[in-house]
Amino acid sequence: MATVVAAPKHLVMADLKGKVDPDWCPGCGDFGVLAAVQKALVELQIPTHQVVTISGIGCSSNFPGYINTYGMHTLHGRALAVATGVKLANHNLTVLVTGGDGDGFGIGGNHFVHTMRRNVDLLYIVMDNQIYGLTTGQTSPTSRVGMKTKSMPFGNIEAPVNPISMALAAGATFIARGFSGEQKHLTELIKQGIQHKGFSFLDVFSPCVTYNHDNTYQWFRPRVKKLEDDSAYDPANWIAAMEKSLLWGEEIPIGKFFERTDVPTLHGAEPVLNAGPLVHNAAPIPPDVSRAFVEELM
Amino acid sequence: MKQTFAIGIGGAAGQGVATPGDIFAKIFSRRGLHLNAYNAYQSIIRGGHTFLTIRTGPEKVTNMGDQIDLLIPLNQDAVNRHLGLLTDGAACIYNADTIKPGAAADGVQLCPLPVSKLADITRNKVAQNTLAVGAGLSMMGIGFQALEEVLAEQFKKKGEAVVAENVGIARAGYDYATSNFKPFAWPLPMTENRYAVLSGNTAMAMGGAAAGVKFYCAYPMSPSTGVLHWMAAHARKAGIMVRQVEDEIGVVNMAIGAAHAGVRAMCATSGGGFALMSEGLGMSAMMETPVVVIDCQRAGPSTGVPTKTEQGDLWQMLGAAFGDYPRVIAAPLDIGDCFKIIPEMFNLVDKFQCPGIVLCDLLLSEGRLSVEAKDLDFNVAIDRGELITTNGAPSSEGTNGTYKRYQITESGISPRAIPGVPGHIHTAATDEHDEDGVLISDEFTNPIKRRAMMEKRMRKVVGIEASVPPPELWGPRDADVTLIGWGSTKGVIEEACEILSEQGISANQLQIRWLLPLHGDEILDMLKDARHTIIVENNYSGQFARYLRSETSYVPSGCIRKYDGEPFMPHHIVEAVKEQLSGKTKLSVPAHEIMV
Repeated sequence: MATVVAAPKHLVMADLKGKVDPDWCPGCGDFGVLAAVQKALVELQIPTHQVVTISGIGCSSNFPGYINTYGMHTLHGRALAVATGVKLANHNLTVLVTGGDGDGFGIGGNHFVHTMRRNVDLLYIVMDNQIYGLTTGQTSPTSRVGMKTKSMPFGNIEAPVNPISMALAAGATFIARGFSGEQKHLTELIKQGIQHKGFSFLDVFSPCVTYNHDNTYQWFRPRVKKLEDDSAYDPANWIAAMEKSLLWGEEIPIGKFFERTDVPTLHGAEPVLNAGPLVHNAAPIPPDVSRAFVEELM
Repeated sequence: MKQTFAIGIGGAAGQGVATPGDIFAKIFSRRGLHLNAYNAYQSIIRGGHTFLTIRTGPEKVTNMGDQIDLLIPLNQDAVNRHLGLLTDGAACIYNADTIKPGAAADGVQLCPLPVSKLADITRNKVAQNTLAVGAGLSMMGIGFQALEEVLAEQFKKKGEAVVAENVGIARAGYDYATSNFKPFAWPLPMTENRYAVLSGNTAMAMGGAAAGVKFYCAYPMSPSTGVLHWMAAHARKAGIMVRQVEDEIGVVNMAIGAAHAGVRAMCATSGGGFALMSEGLGMSAMMETPVVVIDCQRAGPSTGVPTKTEQGDLWQMLGAAFGDYPRVIAAPLDIGDCFKIIPEMFNLVDKFQCPGIVLCDLLLSEGRLSVEAKDLDFNVAIDRGELITTNGAPSSEGTNGTYKRYQITESGISPRAIPGVPGHIHTAATDEHDEDGVLISDEFTNPIKRRAMMEKRMRKVVGIEASVPPPELWGPRDADVTLIGWGSTKGVIEEACEILSEQGISANQLQIRWLLPLHGDEILDMLKDARHTIIVENNYSGQFARYLRSETSYVPSGCIRKYDGEPFMPHHIVEAVKEQLSGKTKLSVPAHEIMV
């Protein structure tokens, strides 16, 4: 049967626009992340139907609805588990996972750690605003000590997690941090994260203009410092990356902390996938194989 | 009554109860005999008490039965627990060096084996087991060659010297019994048939492979772990991606992700793991992504009794995840059915794009049964439903194609495109959404759209009911008593009905396989002329009785329940039925006499 294959369309920004406009608060950092992802996909020219954007629940997890790729808006904290299933069933797809700090480091912390150690080939973008937004302003796993929120009105007494150090410890093979206020830099990190073969973690400072009055654009701007500007910094050096990940306060590094390319991806390590994506393999088990399965019970 | 022969092997975990069990099972099935094996064990790796019952005979053996014909205790504890159960004609083969059996009932043959004289026990620590197997087979009238063949296979990997040593020990036991013990009155017959012997877990895993499952994932949990073990061992030959996941939440979400990308995906767990999965089940329903979850019930609540059986998860399955949504729940009736039910379930959930639950239990999951090879036929019908895997539609790549993932249809089924297909881009959401997948919360929660989408999904319930047959009443129409069961109790109720008939009480049986849809009207119709109805189930509160009543208002004449962790034996049901027919009680809770 002859199949008519249309010439690949040249992607432009308008092609990436979702069916509805984002309902984020005006000024939300997530707008910048959405634009950067769309720009990265245009620059990489990945056909939209070959991309799946998967999220959990929260403000930033509304992301898949605002971008014209296949999308899954799953359960709170579960996006990485769902994404692993998608990638293993069809590893030809480009898988993007988007969500917030509560979704990823709080309720989804278990899957975060295990997806990293498995080196599932996907890009995980956390829009980290250090607050719970959709539930109207409670402390998050990345809220600083002392921060006053509706759930901790006298100030947070729990230490925040350090997502970059966690990712290093858990074995992520690409680790970066971006800032929604640094569009060009962020777009570049997203492109690198998509192209990296393995688990790419991108923590993005994405200020919540409604509920987080501590970590604002104004607070971040003078503090963020690009690792790329330091020619001596070597992202292949895990120890150096761990040291950099501990910097916080007057100087906060953004950029690529770490990358290694010598670890096989989960789908690459499993011989069952050598014949191609599972979804394209509809053939039943050969009769001699199934007969042998029964014979071994006799 | 049909002729059967049952062997009980008891000992501590780690003493090697399983190996003699496997050897007997292989010899019986190759002799063309049916068999049923059930291992009563504890959640302990070494020590404790394990009691394996293997019952065999030329006709189908559907349960562990009521009597032990040959007891092989591997330690003093086992003989203390079980010798009292032996009756006239039975025998006990034991190690005379270590076990003092005490007094047995009249007609019970005590068969002491001088183990240290017959074998070098310093070289072979399980010599007593091998000697007992040889002695037992001699008394059953089975030629030694059958044992020699099985031992050769069993120890092949360990080399010829080990094979020769074990054959030698078995031979010594065999010959000793031939000269010193009285053979059983009923030498085991032989038929031309050959059977496969497998557990329900193996059967469900194989059923999944036959159904075209390409993705299986699990977190280990008794008694479901056997499914994972079969899948893992056969994954590469069967072309299945098998993953062990960090928890059951991850399991169900990963399976749904794989299913969403277009492959058949399955997972198995027990009650505790299922509890963690329930939110994911709701996601499967809301995204309309089919997934099959196997729940192997064990005694609950909470960690409960991890190695004991129960039918206590029914209401968890009925109520799993919040909100109303279509789901399918089926309970396999026996180990052969564990194979058959999986492809059937996949065809349903693929067609109706909803979650499907296979409600098994430890009795079937870990029990073993002889099954004819033809009943494990991988050539099963596969219906993926309305699945779009290639770009057949003349729809263009772009933002606003005409494809609507959740198109409102009369059947409630909307054609499902998988990621990667051009022209069908959409977002699947757990939030309520419109026909095109857009969240209705993005446009100020529209009540008209919410109602339309609820009704669209729930319309699938009608289609599901029409696709599944109602249960059937087995046995004489005008029986004195109708026994109603569900799932794994099929075999034991069947045998109880036979025994009752022999004792002059005619009995018929209604066994429920499809729990949801239930076919309540048809059940009411079947039961309307029944003289006396009794619901038999392995739980405390009568979960099925309560369910049947909630769906149909039907109240049975009585109930037989058991919730001590052990399965029903036929006499439990027979005695309870007689007690209820005589008007003594409406609720019988049989006591389990075997202390395991």
